[in-house]
Amino acid sequence: MENVALHHYLILSAMLFVVGLIGIFLNRKSIIIILMCIELMLLSVNINFVAFSAFLGDLTGQIFTFFILTVAAAEVSIGLAILTIFYRNRHSGDVEDSNLMKG
Amino acid sequence: MIADILFFMFASILLAGSLGVVLSKNPMYSVLFLVLSFFNAAGLFLLIGAEFLGLLLMMVYVGAIAVMFLFVLMTVDMTQQDDDGKRSPLFVTLVLVTGGVLLFEIIISILAGVASNTRLSEFVATQSDVQNIVQLGQVLFTNYVYPFIAVSMILLVGMVGAIVLTHRKREGALKQDISEQIGRTREESIEIVTPSLGKGIS
Repeated sequence: MENVALHHYLILSAMLFVVGLIGIFLNRKSIIIILMCIELMLLSVNINFVAFSAFLGDLTGQIFTFFILTVAAAEVSIGLAILTIFYRNRHSGDVEDSNLMKG
Repeated sequence: MIADILFFMFASILLAGSLGVVLSKNPMYSVLFLVLSFFNAAGLFLLIGAEFLGLLLMMVYVGAIAVMFLFVLMTVDMTQQDDDGKRSPLFVTLVLVTGGVLLFEIIISILAGVASNTRLSEFVATQSDVQNIVQLGQVLFTNYVYPFIAVSMILLVGMVGAIVLTHRKREGALKQDISEQIGRTREESIEIVTPSLGKGIS
């Protein structure tokens, strides 16, 4: 078994990103699963940053991971608030029911 | 050696958990798989030497975000989704092919370009004799103090936005009216009576 190197982490992060992306495409109905898939994609970006930070010996990547974590928390709070008022008005959580601007 | 085994264990459970998030029918199971994925990503962070971020991932993602997902899921009741939207096999294959091609391209570019480790201009070297959290604090509060403040403003905007979005006025809720409280006079608020003996106040 070869030692774990940078590209192992990068390929893991790429696979996680693609899984999140496919999840968004496959579950086009419920908003909450789309939000979770966005969280997965942000997590893969975090893994990318931390891996580069560790293998290049540069602390900047960990700082940016910190910022991404904060922005993800704010994003998910706003997204869930929007989901809550959407459910309150339309009694559903489906993306396909948000069609008032469809024309 | 043990680190390699741990890496592959964490990575495989992380990928399995993310697949569970995507594939499970019940959104409640999706949230629990998300928690599993976050714990394994935190394990990866601990393994690679970013201890503070690993613990922060557990606290922020599992303690705050996943609990918020669970809370919203309980109040919103998303489980009644009828499964009429069965994806056509053509759509599923198209999505899988697209994802596979994207993954292939990323992996090719990783394997081709990973040797050129160009350094940033603002290079902050890690020290091996100082704890990870001490180093992060030393960099975060000096070089990155303005982004740090900006990020705190983002959190504030997120909090205010969530409150403003979900707040609603209810009829019949008792609310404090300060001008009414201050504006009352002595005449309309108290009355001096002298009750006669044995009668009480009628």
